[in-house]
Amino acid sequence: MLIYDLLVSPFAEFEFMRRALVGISVLAVGAAPVGVLLTLRRMSLMGDAMAHAILPGAAIGYLVSGLSLFAMTTGGLIAGLVVALAAGGVARATELKEDASLAALFLISLALGVAIVSVRGNSVDLLHFLFGNVLALDNETLVLIAVVATVSLLTLALIWRPLVLESVDAGFLRSVSRSGGPAHIAFLALVALNLVGGFQALGTLLAVGVMILPAVISRFWSRDLTAMTVSAVAAGIVSGYCGLLMSYHAGLPAGPAIVLVSAVIYCASVLFGRCGGLLRGLVSRRHLEA
Amino acid sequence: MAAHLRFHDLTLGYDRHPAVHHLTGEVEEGAMLAVVGPNGAGKSTLFKGIVGLLAPLSGAIDRGLGVRNIAYLPQLAEIDRSFPINVYDLVAMGLWRRIGAFGAIRKMERERIEGAIATVALTGFERRPIAGLSGGQMQRLLFARLLLQDSRLIVLDEPFNAIDDRTAADLVALIHRWHGERRTVMAALHDMNLVRLHFPQTLLLAREPVAWGETGHVLTAENLMKARRMCEAFEEAAAECAVAAE
Repeated sequence: MLIYDLLVSPFAEFEFMRRALVGISVLAVGAAPVGVLLTLRRMSLMGDAMAHAILPGAAIGYLVSGLSLFAMTTGGLIAGLVVALAAGGVARATELKEDASLAALFLISLALGVAIVSVRGNSVDLLHFLFGNVLALDNETLVLIAVVATVSLLTLALIWRPLVLESVDAGFLRSVSRSGGPAHIAFLALVALNLVGGFQALGTLLAVGVMILPAVISRFWSRDLTAMTVSAVAAGIVSGYCGLLMSYHAGLPAGPAIVLVSAVIYCASVLFGRCGGLLRGLVSRRHLEA
Repeated sequence: MAAHLRFHDLTLGYDRHPAVHHLTGEVEEGAMLAVVGPNGAGKSTLFKGIVGLLAPLSGAIDRGLGVRNIAYLPQLAEIDRSFPINVYDLVAMGLWRRIGAFGAIRKMERERIEGAIATVALTGFERRPIAGLSGGQMQRLLFARLLLQDSRLIVLDEPFNAIDDRTAADLVALIHRWHGERRTVMAALHDMNLVRLHFPQTLLLAREPVAWGETGHVLTAENLMKARRMCEAFEEAAAECAVAAE
């Protein structure tokens, strides 16, 4: 019975825990594959910048119509895309490299967002914006998360081949097809969409956590793209489940607990991962015959 | 005989500086043409113009066939070697124009892919991630992909750089096979012995064409010296081209 109390009863007893678990799991199904491609395309920083950019967008939505899911989501989505495209534009038009303009833009976004929220809201609202509230997901938000995951999977299925080929060999794709550009833009939109979905649950600062951390973890366990994607989704769901339990039993805030569990899995993967883990290299010292 | 490519007073370059200057001439269908010249002579620039990655500053290129029927192997292919994709999947992308973004790979396609992999002697490597390949194996992979592209014009930018003799010999044999199939092949090369041995025609380029024709007549000591001098004379702050102003 002890194990049941520890692992199952929090979810059996409380609806808000079940909702949180469903929300985080569905979020992982959409966000983790996007995160895998994001890290493989060396765009992790882009994910970070877009997550921050969502804050002022959502804040403007909040200024206009209060805590309305639709207004904040739309605002966040637009702001995320604007920053992604602006960083690309600045990089092309000036000498500044894209990562530098991203770093600049995400600081600006964060400052602007906090300022806008403070104009109208109180510190509780601000905390909600920054860290979300995964234990208070209402029906509307759950539907939003489900729609985001569905759209993500369908879109990924559509743009998978050009997106993968553009990541490996962009020059070749350019020589056979014009689909590289549209696929890239669609992919940026997916990143923004998933961050907006995660924003309600985890806030701007942690939303990118369900995207990037599982993806980075998966890199240590497989050298095959499909297997990486599956293991990233698994890592996201396991983090969500363990994080919620940890927050329930230890009284920690749920969002940070979920990201911390991911962080523990990440550290374990860095040390013990099958592909390039640090300790692997120490254990199997003897080289092979051929 | 139909010309596959015709250059009309073609000037290609970057930021108004010409890298290929006033090139006129034609490449016949089925030609096997070596493009030689010192570094900076404009070989890669010419190829980028041919495959349509670079628009001419002036003049024009007439292609007897669509850009889509040209297979292009860039120099130091810009491939992310750490990406988790295996040999089979990357070779299969040579079929892009056939299968596009959504087409399935059925039995016939699978046979062609396996055939191409066998032709470049990479059988057994299908499931290996590309991260584990040597430079020579990577070049074999890219030739297998070119095979699948099944193009009438094949443009190879320094295909044998940093490749051992055995691999180079295998790949040259493939180029001869394409020549036998009356495909047009253009290759930028630095190894003059290889050019003399295998390529009937040569274009010696030093931003401007120095000589173009039968390899024996083009690769003379005098021409090569002239090409080197012309490349060294490149000026950063060049005046506007007088020929173009006329």
